[in-house]
Amino acid sequence: MESYALLIAATLNAGTVLAIAALGLLINEKVGVVNLGAEGMMLCAAIAGFAAVVHTGSDMVGFLAGMGAGALLGAIFGVMVIYLGTNQYATGLALSLFGVGFSAFVGISYVQEKLPPRTQFEIPFLADIPLVGAAFFKQHPLVYGVIAFVLALIWFLYKTRTGLVLRSVGESPESAHALGYSVRRIRFLAVMVGGALCGLSGAYISVVYTPLWVEGMVAGKGWIALALTTFATWRPARILLGAYLFGGVTMLQFHLQGLGVQVPSQFLSALPYLATIVVLALISRNPAWIRVNMPASLGKPFHPSS
Amino acid sequence: MLKLELRPEASELWRYGSPLLALLITVALGIGLFVLLGKDPVRGLQMFFWEPLKSAYALGELMVKATPLLVIALGLAVCFRSNVWNIGAEGQFVIGAVAAGGVALLADKETGRWIVVAVVLAGVAGGMFWAAITAWLKDKFHANEILVSLMLVYVADMVLGYLVYGPWKDPAGYNFPQTKSFEAVTQIPRLMSGSRVSVGLILALLGVAAVWVFLFRTRSGFAQQVGGLAPSAARYAGFSSRKALWLALLTSGGAAGLAGALEVAGPIGQLTPYIPSGYGFAAIIVAYVGRLHPVGIVFSAVLMSMFYIGGELAQSRMGLPKSITGVFQGLLLFSLLACDTLVAYRLRWQSGRA
Repeated sequence: MESYALLIAATLNAGTVLAIAALGLLINEKVGVVNLGAEGMMLCAAIAGFAAVVHTGSDMVGFLAGMGAGALLGAIFGVMVIYLGTNQYATGLALSLFGVGFSAFVGISYVQEKLPPRTQFEIPFLADIPLVGAAFFKQHPLVYGVIAFVLALIWFLYKTRTGLVLRSVGESPESAHALGYSVRRIRFLAVMVGGALCGLSGAYISVVYTPLWVEGMVAGKGWIALALTTFATWRPARILLGAYLFGGVTMLQFHLQGLGVQVPSQFLSALPYLATIVVLALISRNPAWIRVNMPASLGKPFHPSS
Repeated sequence: MLKLELRPEASELWRYGSPLLALLITVALGIGLFVLLGKDPVRGLQMFFWEPLKSAYALGELMVKATPLLVIALGLAVCFRSNVWNIGAEGQFVIGAVAAGGVALLADKETGRWIVVAVVLAGVAGGMFWAAITAWLKDKFHANEILVSLMLVYVADMVLGYLVYGPWKDPAGYNFPQTKSFEAVTQIPRLMSGSRVSVGLILALLGVAAVWVFLFRTRSGFAQQVGGLAPSAARYAGFSSRKALWLALLTSGGAAGLAGALEVAGPIGQLTPYIPSGYGFAAIIVAYVGRLHPVGIVFSAVLMSMFYIGGELAQSRMGLPKSITGVFQGLLLFSLLACDTLVAYRLRWQSGRA
């Protein structure tokens, strides 16, 4: 039983990584911009966050550094696709390729570095409940933070005027423009916020999730987060559920190995990627359904013709 | 302020000028990076743009690295022109190498030279098979090919890992995760002694001609590109988008698999966990910088090969991390995309408010 409690705890932790990034990408996509650079932004943020913690000893500074790195790369991406009208897919891809190389380049001197001892968080009293405490109440604050953020995001997107404007920019940029909203500025801000969240996720990976720096350590989580937005048909709550689901698949491999299941370890390591493919295929099976849910201007540039 | 103004017609000058300008910007950023790191920028540039060219042997090495990039990028050019976003060439390269390696392992002392043909064909088939998974999932389930092909890169790495750590591990290899070295008879023939350049280069150049003819001189090549540029026009003309999808992925997958076979039965000579070299990703940049044009891709493949060799030299001679190659590759693609704005727009200085 103890091992199941730990499996749940690990699942929530892994899901949080994916959820933070996928929520950022969701905000991007709600305004009509696909950023394939998630993987690159997360890698750069991972090294930025890690380096910041090494030098300052403060996790908080690490998270801020990661968010800053993500927002900066998001801004570069935003200038290119929104103001220069470059192809979103190609530019995002460039960002990912650049991020892989740049993070490896900058990170080379941090490969052997260690972080100060990690704090074990727990919620007083609740953490002492047998099993339940170990499963749910000994998590990093961000694990609870992301749940609060999802609730806030749902309220923001669907209950506030600003959220409505944001969604309308993604659904019909022409109308939003005609109503006097600056489509490009709103898109740019959303892309920066999305970058900052991908950055937070990247820093969480290198500071909390696996507290060290290894080249390419994000290991495709940026791409899985991108798949999650489709999987969740662009709804925040479903993103969170999907993230826990994928987090569970990631953790299952360690659990199965622990149980001594006789499967090659490479097959277990491939599970999250295979699961992403299968889920994508199942969810995309009905194109009409995807079309109804997808922000209508997704991937399309907008040139105000004033 | 500076304003972008739509050109009435795309600028032919900038279509070709933009990759050159992008290269200049990348070089300028590179100089900045060297200065920032306290390294001599002139020496840095020498590593990238002079050392790889200065001797016959160096030129040969330049071609050795350019060959796989050229082969993969040619396939991707066909694919991208059809508006199919296969970004998993790296995975198709790996599976091509695995399939080719599998055949090469069957050879023994008595095997004839024909085995080379089988090795190469196995590589092509392996790459095609891996790309076909993406095509099938897109065709049947409308699954996004970008994400599927990319996820399959990770899966391909796992397949390779499983084989070299497991059933294909060399029993006499001191438990290293690698297969035994392939028999000499499986080696892709070299063009001349004293250089590692192989027949692969000839195949690549034949590929350039073949892709050129296909794209610009055949009906199905035309149909392929109309589907990419104007899907509704293609539908009206009766061009099948499903056929275009399959053709695009099988071509690019086969090309990537071929490159995998040429590498594994060429310079590498065995399967190891280090087969995934990033060529599949770098080839995306090669394809774009070469304007998705077979002849342009020849130049960009050589350029990218210079980046690789320069990065290795910068590591051994200047103490810089080899990953500087990746930084430059990324910067080049970024600059290119930004410079391409000049193809469709012109910059206008506008005073005051419009």
